[in-house]
Amino acid sequence: MPVKIYAGTEVTVNDEGFFTDPQQWREDMAPDIAAEAGTGTLTEPHWQVIKFMRHEYAEKGTGPSVRALSKTSGVSIKELYELFPKGPAKLAAKIAGIPKPRGCI
Amino acid sequence: MTENSTTTGGKIEKVSIIVSKGSLEGIYPALIMANGARAEGIEANLFFTFFGLDAIHKARHEHIKLATVGNPGLHMATWAGGLPGVSSVMTHYMAHKMGELDIPSIPEFVEMIADTGAGLYGCKASVDLFGLTRDDFIDQVKDIITVGEFYDLAAGGQIIFT
Repeated sequence: MPVKIYAGTEVTVNDEGFFTDPQQWREDMAPDIAAEAGTGTLTEPHWQVIKFMRHEYAEKGTGPSVRALSKTSGVSIKELYELFPKGPAKLAAKIAGIPKPRGCI
Repeated sequence: MTENSTTTGGKIEKVSIIVSKGSLEGIYPALIMANGARAEGIEANLFFTFFGLDAIHKARHEHIKLATVGNPGLHMATWAGGLPGVSSVMTHYMAHKMGELDIPSIPEFVEMIADTGAGLYGCKASVDLFGLTRDDFIDQVKDIITVGEFYDLAAGGQIIFT
């Protein structure tokens, strides 16, 4: 299992870079993960989505797909893609330290 | 492994999806693939041609029907599929099942895909053939383009025909 160092702490990730143990995640790791994923500086709306992903994962055991993310968080699809151009649900999940969402829609 | 401009390290980076059919089961797979591509961060364009144009036609995209004739996958007698109203009933049933899975209706899905940043284009030859104009299509359609322009747009990516 690949190992990464975020905010000075070693964590294990899978081949795609998603945390294998979401418990290892801390908020201060997010900027490092985002920089590596090419998302740039995290702004308040980014954080709103990241925290929402953590919350959904804690509640349901899985992160939402883009449509579910938009519907439940109230952030429009357009805005989600502006925040995370390389795939909102996928990138937000990676930065939030949770597994990649598996929805098709 | 061979590598070319369409892939980087075995990853697809861009797709152009051609939608040529106007039935429910002809349109949904293309929409799901386009939306799924965007969700993965893959650049996506949709090119609507022939009856596929109905998916972006203002007056018709709310009335896309499941094909109940010539569709052996439905496992019903061909003569039954042709009876009046059967296509509507089956379409309703399908919409209900899709609603349960939170799959959007075609008009909503097309709008959502446009919001993901995917490009929607109509085929000029088909638009001319059916006597349609730009105004017949939803606002999200970026342009009516020729096949040559489509190939320019698709350059460097994978092309999927549905």
